[in-house]
Amino acid sequence: MSRNVTGRIAGWLPSGRTLVIAVPFTFLLVFFMVPFAAVLQISFADVQLSVPPYTPILDVKNGIVRIVLDFDHYRSVLTDPLYIGAYVYSLEVATLTTFLCLIVGYPACYLIARADPSWRNLLMMALLLPFWTSYLIRVYAWIGLLKSQGLINDVLLWAHLIDEPLKLYHNNWGLLIGMVYNYLPYLMLPLYAHLVKMDTTLLEAAGNLGARPWQAFLTITLPMSRRAIVASCLLVFIPAVGEYVIPEILGGSNSLMIGRVMWDDFFVNTDWPVASAATGAMVLLLLLPMAWFQRLQRREMEAAR
Amino acid sequence: MTNEATRPQRPPAGKSQPDFVQIVDVVKTFGDATAVDGVSLSIRKGELFALLGSSGCGKSTLLRLMAGLDTPDSGRIIVDGQDVTRLPTYQRPVNMMFQSYALFPHMTVEGNAAYGLKREGLGKAEIRERVAAALDLVQMGKYALRKPHQLSGGQQQRVALARSLVKRPKLLLLDEPMSALDKKIRQETQFELGNILYSVGVTCILVTHDQEEAMTMADRLAVMNEGRIMQVGTPDEVYESPTCRFAAEFIGSTNLFRGVLAGDESRLFRCADLDVPLQVQNPMNARAGLELQLSLRPERITMSYRPAQQETNHAAGSIEQFAYMGSYTLFYIRLASGRLMAVDLSRSAVRALERSPDYGHQVYLSWGADQLVVLDK
Repeated sequence: MSRNVTGRIAGWLPSGRTLVIAVPFTFLLVFFMVPFAAVLQISFADVQLSVPPYTPILDVKNGIVRIVLDFDHYRSVLTDPLYIGAYVYSLEVATLTTFLCLIVGYPACYLIARADPSWRNLLMMALLLPFWTSYLIRVYAWIGLLKSQGLINDVLLWAHLIDEPLKLYHNNWGLLIGMVYNYLPYLMLPLYAHLVKMDTTLLEAAGNLGARPWQAFLTITLPMSRRAIVASCLLVFIPAVGEYVIPEILGGSNSLMIGRVMWDDFFVNTDWPVASAATGAMVLLLLLPMAWFQRLQRREMEAAR
Repeated sequence: MTNEATRPQRPPAGKSQPDFVQIVDVVKTFGDATAVDGVSLSIRKGELFALLGSSGCGKSTLLRLMAGLDTPDSGRIIVDGQDVTRLPTYQRPVNMMFQSYALFPHMTVEGNAAYGLKREGLGKAEIRERVAAALDLVQMGKYALRKPHQLSGGQQQRVALARSLVKRPKLLLLDEPMSALDKKIRQETQFELGNILYSVGVTCILVTHDQEEAMTMADRLAVMNEGRIMQVGTPDEVYESPTCRFAAEFIGSTNLFRGVLAGDESRLFRCADLDVPLQVQNPMNARAGLELQLSLRPERITMSYRPAQQETNHAAGSIEQFAYMGSYTLFYIRLASGRLMAVDLSRSAVRALERSPDYGHQVYLSWGADQLVVLDK
């Protein structure tokens, strides 16, 4: 009897599995999709000196519902050289950051994954240690290292490797150093997770069939980690496009990335609709790599089965 | 199923080169553990040699040393006159079929088979030809474009075999080739694999923990225990005349007796478990009081309901357990001393008994002096 009742209740209650999956999705729905919809809605409105500083797109007057969608902001965002320049520059910086992260991160991941198991966790821990401090503090700390009288220049001058201080800060060098430093773990964690579970017997087999270690790397390790490489690169690339803080603090005044443009539109010009349109356009821009990422993830899951 | 009769006879294993592969005093330690403890072996050209032992006996380590995947602490490994001890694996004329097969998952069957030849820098046409021939040899030609995960375990094994054979190694190493297969197809595969290896004529070292596999496939085998070789011989030599307790117990099952030599140069051993002495075929070249192990195979014992008409080599007891095993029936007989003896009786021997055997029946066991094997250690 009681089992019957529990059974009936359990029948219409979502299963534990659904519930567990639902939690992050609900979170994303409430805190990402709803605000994003609000932003999209603003992008179709017009500027107005009021609180909030835009016209409502939905208007009910005399029982008539009017929806006014202004596409003009998108047109200006997609044609204005300022915005186009900022988009292109953002993509350039994100691409270069991703590439440098890969160059630095892949060998490091490979070596950690092949290190003695007792060392592995320690090395990964060392990689993540800086993340125990605040993001802003870490970015600011780079100023102390990079400025003309900073640690790096002092050491180089002292060692007589350079005659005058290198300009490493408030230009593209500073920007890239900060970007690579900050995004490196996002690349390394998934890549390491892939490399560490790779079957090393395959490398022994390759060696036994006549492949020197570097040949085994190029023919076995690298092709097998291709998907993990692309996935972790996208994990760097996608957020790097919209990065605001690092170019603001370490980059030069000419490094106008799209995040900075949006900030200016929102808070300096108080032009929320254009800023929203710029945001919408950026998301559209990133949908392509995101879709690619999703596809790779799915393939990876299928391959793992 | 293929049977013994259809097995192609390989040319008498090159008597001209009795030491084609030589392993000399090889030692390998991992930390405190000695995995291989001074092993020496000689393997003839074209021979299929099995290293038999339970897990952790060092047989796989020995195989890895031969493949060049590990380096011995001391000792030498010589293949066809060439000392390969310090040669990296990619320069050895030795190929290995891994226990897990280690097929490259991102390559097709063809790509896997061609991998080793590409590393040799051979021409495309020659690679294609040799790969096709190797895949045909293992009957995997029509699966050339499949990926490993689309193949069954048996098919993966054959691809792994083709991949290691295509390099025409001087020595082929097989690490537990059957362990990843279902028991059902294992026996069939043993004969198939044996046939392929015989037809190619490659010198082969097989590592296994399965005595049946070693006896089915190998020309000669070495029984290993704790990093040492206990006995080397043909399967029937090792079975019929084991020299040590380990070999006797590991290959087949046996009844072991602790015997004390009754007199100088005697043929009689006193045994605490038995009422009468054990008598062996030949006088021992030893003094009285020598303590030795004696082995008596269960299928070499005669069982009867009438007392044996001999002075030595008999015992009386009651049937404690028996099990019908198909081709034979296994009896456990409890002796008056408390000792349990295993006896295998063929179907006809069971029929020839005076009564239908059942639990508790008093029976008499006897055996010939030639069935007792004296073990060295």
